[in-house]
Amino acid sequence: MRYLPLNNNDRAQMLDVIGVDNIDALFEDVPKSARLKGLIDLPKHQSEQAVERFFQRLSNKSTPAGSVPFFCGAGAYKHHIPATVDHLIQRSEFLTAYTPYQPEVSQGTLQALFEFQTQVALLTGMEVANASMYDGSTACAEAVVMAHRVARGKKSKAILASGLHPHYAAATQTLASTLNIQIDSQGAQIGVDADVIDRIDNDTACVVVQSPNVFGEIVDLRPIAEKAHAHKALLIAVFTEPVALAAIESPGAQGADIVVGEGQGLGVGLAFGGPHVGLFACRQKLVRQMPGRVCGETVDANGERGFVLTLSTREQHIRREKATSNICTNSGLCCLAFTIHMSLLGDAGIQRLAALNHEKACELADLIDGVDGASVENETFFNEFTVRLNRPAAEVVDAMVKKGVIAGVPLSRLAPEADPNLLLVCATETSSDEDIAAFETALKEVLS
Amino acid sequence: MKTEGRPTSPVAANANLPQTVSGSKALDQATSLIFETGTPRRTGVDLPEPKGRKSRLGSHAREGEIGLPGLSEPETMRHYVRLSQKNYAIDLGVYPLGSCTMKHNPRLNEKVARMPGFADVHPLQPVQTAQGALEVLSVLSHWLMTLCNMPAVALTPKAGAHGELCGMMAIRARLDKDGQSHKRRVLVPESAHGTNPATAVQCGFSVDEIPANDKGRVDMDALRTKLEGLGADSDIAGIMLTNPNTCGLFENDIIEIAELIHAAGGYFYCDGANFNALVGRVRPGDLGVDAMHINLHKTFSTPHGGGGPGSGPTVLSDALKDHAPVPYVVAGKDGFDLVEHADENSFGRMCAFHGNMGMYTRALSYMMSHGSDGLKQATEDAVLNANYIQASLSDVMTPAFGGTCMHEALFDDRFLKDTGVETLDFAKAMIDEGYHPMTMYFPLVVHGAMLIEPTESESKGELDRFILSMRSLAQRAKAGEVESFKQAPVYAPKRRLDETQAARKPVLRWTPPSETAEAAE
Amino acid sequence: MSTYFTEDHEWIKVDGDTGTVGISGYAAKALGDVVFVELPEVGAEFDKGDEAAVVESVKAASEVYSPVGGEVTAVNEALEEAPETVNASPDGDGWFLKIKIADADELSSLMDEAKYKTYCDGL
Repeated sequence: MRYLPLNNNDRAQMLDVIGVDNIDALFEDVPKSARLKGLIDLPKHQSEQAVERFFQRLSNKSTPAGSVPFFCGAGAYKHHIPATVDHLIQRSEFLTAYTPYQPEVSQGTLQALFEFQTQVALLTGMEVANASMYDGSTACAEAVVMAHRVARGKKSKAILASGLHPHYAAATQTLASTLNIQIDSQGAQIGVDADVIDRIDNDTACVVVQSPNVFGEIVDLRPIAEKAHAHKALLIAVFTEPVALAAIESPGAQGADIVVGEGQGLGVGLAFGGPHVGLFACRQKLVRQMPGRVCGETVDANGERGFVLTLSTREQHIRREKATSNICTNSGLCCLAFTIHMSLLGDAGIQRLAALNHEKACELADLIDGVDGASVENETFFNEFTVRLNRPAAEVVDAMVKKGVIAGVPLSRLAPEADPNLLLVCATETSSDEDIAAFETALKEVLS
Repeated sequence: MKTEGRPTSPVAANANLPQTVSGSKALDQATSLIFETGTPRRTGVDLPEPKGRKSRLGSHAREGEIGLPGLSEPETMRHYVRLSQKNYAIDLGVYPLGSCTMKHNPRLNEKVARMPGFADVHPLQPVQTAQGALEVLSVLSHWLMTLCNMPAVALTPKAGAHGELCGMMAIRARLDKDGQSHKRRVLVPESAHGTNPATAVQCGFSVDEIPANDKGRVDMDALRTKLEGLGADSDIAGIMLTNPNTCGLFENDIIEIAELIHAAGGYFYCDGANFNALVGRVRPGDLGVDAMHINLHKTFSTPHGGGGPGSGPTVLSDALKDHAPVPYVVAGKDGFDLVEHADENSFGRMCAFHGNMGMYTRALSYMMSHGSDGLKQATEDAVLNANYIQASLSDVMTPAFGGTCMHEALFDDRFLKDTGVETLDFAKAMIDEGYHPMTMYFPLVVHGAMLIEPTESESKGELDRFILSMRSLAQRAKAGEVESFKQAPVYAPKRRLDETQAARKPVLRWTPPSETAEAAE
Repeated sequence: MSTYFTEDHEWIKVDGDTGTVGISGYAAKALGDVVFVELPEVGAEFDKGDEAAVVESVKAASEVYSPVGGEVTAVNEALEEAPETVNASPDGDGWFLKIKIADADELSSLMDEAKYKTYCDGL
């Protein structure tokens, strides 16, 4: 077996040192009834070539986003990732290191985290950020739990705007369900995010608003923040596409208290939905209630600058049942990919990337508006928007697959109770003029 | 009041090494922050110029700079390569972190995970265009259920702690469905990892600790006293038990524990963090387990990546399987399909999309490479290596408990008594020897704990070298060389770091020098 | 003015119907370098034994329990900027909060300084 260095001679010598006759002696604490005889009924070991062939065969059964005109967004985004990113995250010292609990031999990971936290804080317009969460949806759920901690149990309600990604709402509902947090949600509805203003009262711990929302619409957070703050509630701003934050005013500047979202769009591939990277930022005054790992600057015994994981008394390994969250990991390698891509882009690069995304989406929207039976619902958008079709979107998507175009995500896939004729469509810098033309042609054929 | 712990401020250094002008130390290059070297106008990505057409951003367009520094491609490459060289790694040397399972990460796994049919597939693209990805989910599920002898698995949990949440949520959903909502007490051994009580509380349960006996296992008398005679209508929701436990020992009364819990109307959550000691030799389903998460990043070698991403699929018993979270994959007549919306039994959704696909491909590649024979051999080698270390060090260090261990060897700090050297100092001295320290001060039930897990990936030669270093350190400590321990490490990229200062005045981000100066005024 | 101690190492210095609460030198030393103190809001009401504050070092976090019942009348805001004061002066400038004592009889169950010293010696 190529991964196991010991041979039978080694094993015999080692058993001798231990002072037992055979390996079974080391498993004697296992109750007799649970000791397996022989091998489990699964295939035996295989060569590298055989395993690779198995996966290649399966890989060929899927249609990669990069192989066809492709327009799915709704929480995961197809972007170009510079080759440098994937090369660097595969360096042994990043790939095969553990959580940086021994800072003297983990400065690489730690400095990258410190830079990551700063980039996230800048992009979201917030004061501090943590070292990342599992993904955007779990970051959203944790933010709601955090808001209730900040309210010290005096407020019961969390209001979810109708433009919040239904998966994010569902993940939040799941985590809140056992914690006496009352979720006020009216399901996915287009164009009514501002309704949350009327639902905010003194019992509201937080209000959760996504912008751009799941329909692609950009939401004005300012009036929501004002009303929330008047009732001592926190505004949690959510995003699913980090590139959008380079084009629109930051949630921090609009008054958000906590900003959470998905970072996948920068540096991290689609990977059928994971691993991705949850971003989590908040105001300085809330930092001790923030969940997740956080890296801080300090000095070493020589007085040189260095970095450590800090504020760990919030975390489960010290605080146990009083921890801010049960989370033990961040999304380390994905967070590294994000920060490398951000370093390559810089301010100028990310703003241009955002402009290109917006431009491609505008071109696509204009073409779709010209197709009979289809109309763009949005007043505003960044790189994705909602199209109203004259028949169920799922049928249109299936018909367009047959024409070699993956057209987008039917809203009903996310929320079965929602309007079946709505289709969520996304274009990015990877959408070529030919791709966009192919979309228009296929849509026309299907709708005619 | 917690008094057990480790020092957190370094002693002042007295190393007499000469300083270099550059701040670099040969291969260890001085590395500024990107904010100190990059500029907002510089970029390492060439993108076409936008045509400058009208905007549909409405009145929300961003104005002005964000303040993000950019680097050219060569600068980026150098920055991160330099950073990488300040990290210890499995690929570099022995990484004996107990309970973390730092085994070899085969590169075949990286290769298959990057195949476009998995890596470049959107989670919401039509299922008929994602059949290969769905088949991976299905095959992986089969392997995990078979290795565990359990009837169901929920793949979506994104890490071990998320898997714990999944298992405990399923237990809660089952209790509520049965009209047993008064069952809210969860037993947790005091040796448990902190995540267990944190998870129980996050699921709305209360935590009741069970003491350990002097053999490092659950105190059965205490457990029986708590449970006997309670009956199925008791307030007991279940138990969260790690097996092998955090002391690296198999809970030999585990079947009786499961029976006691079931008799009290509770469910058995097994923390599968140490499943790598059992794979191919013991199936959790044969022990009475109702739910167990599997850390794909420990047991099945998906890379730890400096702290994630993990993946925590959770196997479920017949009693719990109907309460599994969505989404999950099903086989239909036209191929694989996804169930994405919760019915009345499912406890709901844990995250957007389908969990960590990138970890599924890697773990499955690992499992298929090993096969049933190789997985069993890997388990045996891991246990053999740990026992070899324990046997080879037991005369100079102090094993916490007698007898053999499973996949990790636990020592306490009795051998350092009166030397002035503490567990932390011993760990830092290992760094200078070229090793990553073992897990220290965990589990909490052992004073000054040192938990060593070599995994199956170490050759006998590496182990012998490691043992020699550890013996030498133990002897030096006993010989009174306390000062060298207090100064360690001296050869690492950084000396000991001041954690007290970091926590007292948290500096969690870079700020421009001008703002720092203003803040100081 | 007299000072009383709890088994959880809080002290309360009584002046009329107001008590000043902090943690003992023994506790401060056991915790190590204090890095953060979480204080209640002025006006909060506690019963005897309720969790009133949290004190954190790098390696541990401990709850501070109210030695008696009553309403919080003041908190030591200086600790937010200088938590190290708890180590430097646990029984002086490192006080946590002032409480309006609801029932002075509750003090009778606490230890005086001599008894507390004996108690610590036995730990």
